[in-house]
Amino acid sequence: MDTYSLTRQFADSWMLLFMTLFFLGVVFWAFRPGSAKEHRDSANIIFRHEDSPDENATEMNPKEVRE
Amino acid sequence: MWDYAKIALVGLVALCAAIAANYARDAAYLVHAIIIMLASGVAFVWLVRQIDEPKAVAETTGYMDGVVRYGVIATSFWGVVGFLAGTFIAFQLAFPVLNFEWAQGYANFGRLRPLHTSAVIFAFGGNALIATSFYVVQRTSAARLWGGNLAWFVFWGYNLFIVLAATGYLLGATQSKEYAEPEWYVDIWLTIVWVAYLAVFLGTILKRQEKHIYVANWFYLSFIVTVAMLHLVNNLSLPVSIFGAKSVQLFSGVQDAMTQWWYGHNAVGFFLTAGFLGMMYYFVPKQAERPVFSYKLSIIHFWALIFLYIWAGPHHLHYTALPDWAATLGMVFSIMLWMPSWGGMINGLMTLSGAWDKLRTDPIIRMMVVSIGFYGMSTFEGPMMSIKAVNSLSHYTDWTIGHVHSGALGWNGMITFGALYFLVPKLWNRERLYSLAAVNWHFWLATIGIVLYAASMWVTGIMEGLMWREVDANGFLVNSFADTVAAKFPMYVVRGLGGVMYLTGAIIMVVNLWLTATRGEPKAAAAPIAAPAE
Repeated sequence: MDTYSLTRQFADSWMLLFMTLFFLGVVFWAFRPGSAKEHRDSANIIFRHEDSPDENATEMNPKEVRE
Repeated sequence: MWDYAKIALVGLVALCAAIAANYARDAAYLVHAIIIMLASGVAFVWLVRQIDEPKAVAETTGYMDGVVRYGVIATSFWGVVGFLAGTFIAFQLAFPVLNFEWAQGYANFGRLRPLHTSAVIFAFGGNALIATSFYVVQRTSAARLWGGNLAWFVFWGYNLFIVLAATGYLLGATQSKEYAEPEWYVDIWLTIVWVAYLAVFLGTILKRQEKHIYVANWFYLSFIVTVAMLHLVNNLSLPVSIFGAKSVQLFSGVQDAMTQWWYGHNAVGFFLTAGFLGMMYYFVPKQAERPVFSYKLSIIHFWALIFLYIWAGPHHLHYTALPDWAATLGMVFSIMLWMPSWGGMINGLMTLSGAWDKLRTDPIIRMMVVSIGFYGMSTFEGPMMSIKAVNSLSHYTDWTIGHVHSGALGWNGMITFGALYFLVPKLWNRERLYSLAAVNWHFWLATIGIVLYAASMWVTGIMEGLMWREVDANGFLVNSFADTVAAKFPMYVVRGLGGVMYLTGAIIMVVNLWLTATRGEPKAAAAPIAAPAE
């Protein structure tokens, strides 16, 4: 089989399946139990370290620094 | 050692450019060789003058904001240049006499049009993306930019690319690919700069202190990586001579067309959408002082957008030599894009829930909200126009131009203005903007300008589409092409006026930002631990 047909066949079978599953996996990952707390923390990243890399960290959450 | 190597390198480049200028086969190449010679000559002198100076201790802590400041200035400057070029060519279409006889071949519509598109997309948009990405990635990673002065190389290198591209268009060096007009050596230069950009951005992410990579960085990173891939594939070409601008594309015919629109649409998808969504996910929550509405939704928005966008290109080639299945695929994926686009729009707008009152008091938030609104509108209009039946009417008409501008002026422009208004007081350490009233003026001028632009293009686009297909009882076409051109005149004037308003708004912004940086009230030194952290 020529390269085009071969790659085309791969693209619309296994690759398509892989990408669909990957995408569904991402959606599931976003909604996994217990993710809400982490997401809340991630969404607040923008409010830390406004003026320099080290400030705020201690004030905001002393636990984070220890870890 | 590295300092001496740098001097040798730029000296060598200057020498090679001088030789290239001597052997140049065409005007564009000659001018470019001289520009490169001068640029590397200036770099050479600058480096030599520094070589025996005692080295200032390189700052390694704190954020690297100098390059962001330069980026903000470049964004404002190129914005005004690009809008001015756009307004001028809008009037060239309305009044052909503005294609001056003495400037034929240099400043007629055909030469200025790519200058306008590249100036607004790559110079204005690109500088905005580079500056904001450098700002955002540092704050959200709690890390200084990686690579020391490499970020400066990215800034100056990118702006050299802009200058080469712009002068090339005027002198006729183009490979005739929309939004990818620059010729082979400019493409190679952009590749080098882009790899450096990727290294700086990724290097900063890798040394981050935050465990999680904030969603804005995901969008920025996808923009950088995808644009690199698109740029490389779409610019595969063979120069006719190393001393000339002309090159020959490796692909031909429908393959070339498909590659071009795979590039072209993903330039929209990843440069003008993903990159600017990175801005949205940082600056809108910051200005609203609330975290993004749903972080889960932002993750799904990201993955859905990048999984779907990459397939939408073929909708630019409906009813062409492109196989039907490919066109249908492009159409289907474009329609599916509705969902992530609107998911992202909802996420951006709902970030304001509980703070809607800010719309009344904060013109910057208003700008951002209008921007997200236009994002929603143009991502609704786009999929609709990708449907074959609609496209048969809209294609080749000014409806397309209207669609592009509601996205570019509304979404990209307004979110960038919002980001600039946010950034300038912070970067120049000012208490606040010089004038909020001026922001209001800018907001209304820009918004009304866009409405005039988009509305007149809808009218004229649908009108000319209908005139083109109108047949009489015997099946003969009713209108000649010149009839449609004549009928479009009033709408062209209205469009030009919309452009004037948008440009005026941008000039007000530049003045306001300038006064903020030079005369604004300095920020009071932060009182040590004045207020308890929430």
